[in-house]
Amino acid sequence: MSFDAIVIGAGHNGLVCAAYLAKHGQRVLVVESQDRCGGLASQHEFHDGYRCANAQHVSHFPERISKDLNLVKHGFDGAYADIPLTWLNPDADGAHIALVDGHLSGVDAGEQAAYQQYRHLLRRIASMLAPFWLKTVPPIGNNHLSEMMSFAHLGLKMRALGKDDMREFLRIVALPIRDLLDEYFDHPGLKAMLSWDALIGSRQAPRSPNNSLLALLYRMADRSLTSARADSLICALEASARASGVEIRLSKRVERVTIEPRSECLCATGVELADGEHIEAVRVVSSADPKTTLLQLVGGDQLEIEFAGRINRIRDRGLVSKLHLALRTAPTFAGLEAPRGRFILAPMMDSIEWAFDDAKYGRIPQVPVLEVTLPSLADQSLAPAGGQVLSANVLYTPYAQADNWDDMTRQLLLARCLNVLEHYAPGLRDLVIGTELLTPVDLEVRYGVSGGHWHHGDIALDQLIMMRPTYGAAQYRTPISGLFLCGAGSHPGGDLTGIPGHNAAKEILR
Amino acid sequence: MKRYDAIVIGAGHNGLTNAAYLAKAGLDVLVVEKNDYIGGAAVSRELYDGWTYSNCSYVCSMMRQVLHRDLDLGRHGLMLIPYLGTINFGDAGNALISYHSKSAAYNELKRHSRHDADAKLRIRADLTRYALIIRKTLLRTPPDPAWMRIRDIRELLFLAKQFWSLGEKEIYEYVRFFTLSAADFLDEYFETDLIKASMASSGIIGTALGVHSPGSSYILLHHVMGDVDGNVGAWGLARGGMGAISKALESALRSFGGAVRSEAEVVRVLVRHGRACGVVLANGEEIHSKIVVSNLDAKRTFTKIMDKRDLPPGIFEKASKYKFHGSSGKVNIALDALPKFTGVPDNPYVNRGSQAYPGSMHTLERAFDCWKRGRFSDVPFIESVIPSAWDPTVAPPGKHWMSNFIQYCPAELSDGPWTPEKRDAFGQAVVERIEAYSPGFKDLILHMEVRTPHEIEQEVGLTEGNIFQGELTIDQLLFNRPFPGYAQYRMPVKRMYMCGSSTHPGGGVSSACGANAAREILLDLRKPSTVPEDDCDDE
Repeated sequence: MSFDAIVIGAGHNGLVCAAYLAKHGQRVLVVESQDRCGGLASQHEFHDGYRCANAQHVSHFPERISKDLNLVKHGFDGAYADIPLTWLNPDADGAHIALVDGHLSGVDAGEQAAYQQYRHLLRRIASMLAPFWLKTVPPIGNNHLSEMMSFAHLGLKMRALGKDDMREFLRIVALPIRDLLDEYFDHPGLKAMLSWDALIGSRQAPRSPNNSLLALLYRMADRSLTSARADSLICALEASARASGVEIRLSKRVERVTIEPRSECLCATGVELADGEHIEAVRVVSSADPKTTLLQLVGGDQLEIEFAGRINRIRDRGLVSKLHLALRTAPTFAGLEAPRGRFILAPMMDSIEWAFDDAKYGRIPQVPVLEVTLPSLADQSLAPAGGQVLSANVLYTPYAQADNWDDMTRQLLLARCLNVLEHYAPGLRDLVIGTELLTPVDLEVRYGVSGGHWHHGDIALDQLIMMRPTYGAAQYRTPISGLFLCGAGSHPGGDLTGIPGHNAAKEILR
Repeated sequence: MKRYDAIVIGAGHNGLTNAAYLAKAGLDVLVVEKNDYIGGAAVSRELYDGWTYSNCSYVCSMMRQVLHRDLDLGRHGLMLIPYLGTINFGDAGNALISYHSKSAAYNELKRHSRHDADAKLRIRADLTRYALIIRKTLLRTPPDPAWMRIRDIRELLFLAKQFWSLGEKEIYEYVRFFTLSAADFLDEYFETDLIKASMASSGIIGTALGVHSPGSSYILLHHVMGDVDGNVGAWGLARGGMGAISKALESALRSFGGAVRSEAEVVRVLVRHGRACGVVLANGEEIHSKIVVSNLDAKRTFTKIMDKRDLPPGIFEKASKYKFHGSSGKVNIALDALPKFTGVPDNPYVNRGSQAYPGSMHTLERAFDCWKRGRFSDVPFIESVIPSAWDPTVAPPGKHWMSNFIQYCPAELSDGPWTPEKRDAFGQAVVERIEAYSPGFKDLILHMEVRTPHEIEQEVGLTEGNIFQGELTIDQLLFNRPFPGYAQYRMPVKRMYMCGSSTHPGGGVSSACGANAAREILLDLRKPSTVPEDDCDDE
């Protein structure tokens, strides 16, 4: 039996791509190595009766994809509004800062006014850039009409910002996030909180130039979803895909992409599974990261040497660890009455910078900085009655460890994380009945993501747009005819957006 | 009372160049300087009996050849002497010599790694290619992308054409190069840490970036962007010290009929009816002129010598945001004899070039970590030159003068302001580092002058002691330098201009800022330009 398309990996991008293809009448098969859909965003039980996913919140998921794939009908529960963000004051008696629906509380009027200015500027720029995330960006330098049109479009959009905004955009786009926030704000905690979304996932700290603002703007491209949970999105995507006729085979690992030389080029003909089965298809679409897809599933020997070298140099060493705690009862954060959304546990931008400094030399941070959520608040089924799940992103934990992530290093990191948590929520340590720490190496092994990197490659100027993952593969096509990329390693990048999957499907159907 | 055609504030190399080109066009020009010597940071002074210290800038490479020839600086006494090579000391007591001779350089690299010796040929070719494009933009006025005037479009098209002519693959590699960190970029070529470190160190000079900070790789171009006598990428000394450059420029200016007045500090620019019309000196004297050009950095110009009421709203804030991040220091030492270095062959290259102390990539990055925490680097990166080894005019016979450039040294310490004790501790850290590679070095010291960013700011007037008059990061380059909307040398006040390193193309003793500003001024005055077009006979 043969398919029009085989999608490797049932992560959200793989599902989005498969659903679009199936909606357009293609016979699509999704092959997933895990026993459930969702990839990095899937749920698992990490302690008796306690479940958690690595991804918690769905933010900036485009409305267009949700409508196209009828996700609400299939059970997607998202409502568009900002996810509440709270900065916890390390001083027991200090005031916390909360950001809910674009309104700050916990800072003085001057800071609030500055925030409105800052937010409006970024919103204007983000909406200028928004159309360019949801489409394929043509390569530059070959003088095609479509390419010229695309860049003329960008130029016009930029001009439409007005002279002042345009100049400001060109000035701040490469600014370290620290410099930008210093221009607007005084409160160290507020700055730490606002810098977070510009930094997380990639190898950059508040003082690193060039890359952070684009990451931030990307995350502001669409309105955020406040109540949406990652698992609800994955379930809806799976249901939508199946309803469109997509076949999903779980617990089947793709061993390699089969390649056949045709008259002019090499051509992907299907996939070979770990159990030896060979499935044929007209084309193969991989939602795995570019390194895994091209260097493992295809094999570097099938690629032109310079191209293989470019894939090999993609910076995809993850720096974020996931910490899951099974708690006996709900923790109490000092001075916080109703915890919701995300909490930033970093006293100031320099605390983030110092944590990064340790990582530069391949060591875990002395004092980790954390982003914490309590997913079981929104979904009681994640924990037994009365229990609570705490999930945290831990920065910065380098993939390549001076000590090779041995047990000692893990215990040390866990202890340091608990120290930080205990400081903000006294008594929390005694509530812990189960822990799980997933380092970048664990994420790599478990989910098959090279480097354990969320975004399948740093969000950085040189790895974005027509250079994501690298030129020659940035329009979702690869040098192997019939082999496409649709994962977070492609334009525009990671997070639970489904945009790479959407764009890849459009490109395949074109 | 005499009314000049133009007054240039500050007799640094850019101010003098600017004045020279205005005078050449027939304008009656006066340069006013607050110090009792001219040259700004391109200066040589006798601070110890018999020794001439170039106590700020110390090497020359960025000077545009075409300006050098056009102003006939050779005839006005300027002579450049190229380096022979550089010794890079590693942490493990090893050393790498970068010879200027290609075959010697290759053999030396091969001693460390054959792979890297070949990689060096590749990286040099790549960097030179990248640099050639930048070189073409140095003597041009950057376009303002927010305007759509004919000149802006023409300049934008010029830039676009330079890019497009590279071809698809090169464009991408170029963009990557501009945004990567030096460490990431060098990792793609080399396997030996000391080779990486010896190259990476030029990616941090004068800049508050570490070798792992994105954006530090294009500063590597300083290796190859300049030239000495047409040898692209060469570095050299000015005979008689860096002050010789300023003296030659002054002599050229005077030959065109211009004048220079020292010990004349400007405290205020006179503005009437929205037009600059002169300056007020510290002694209360007013000097009138048709136009005023400031060679001070952008922040000083806007916030110190301009009256806020004369400026349109919002500019003051923009100028205050302009970034400096002082990060370099300087230690000038008078030596009793040439120092000897352990572990390196005793050949002329040892002293007739520079000695650099990068150590390793981690050492360089740790030096930056100190700066981030508001301390001077305890194990700093040092670049030393001993000009007296091949220039007899700067020290008495048999004695020597050593210039040490140090990265990093913060303008503001986390434990309070700079004091003489802290300054001496900084100097001591530098001496200790050299002593480790040259036992007995301390005993050779006759006199030492330690300059932290604090001293540099006090004396030369560079804010935070930033040697480039403002950080050379992407957000402050080209049409963003010094800030968007004011990158074409014109100030918001009519008849007032900027010509310092705060403007495009930025720092380094290049004279390009001054020449570019002169071209814009003459355009406004509807006079034919005296500034030569860059011939860029690189290819």
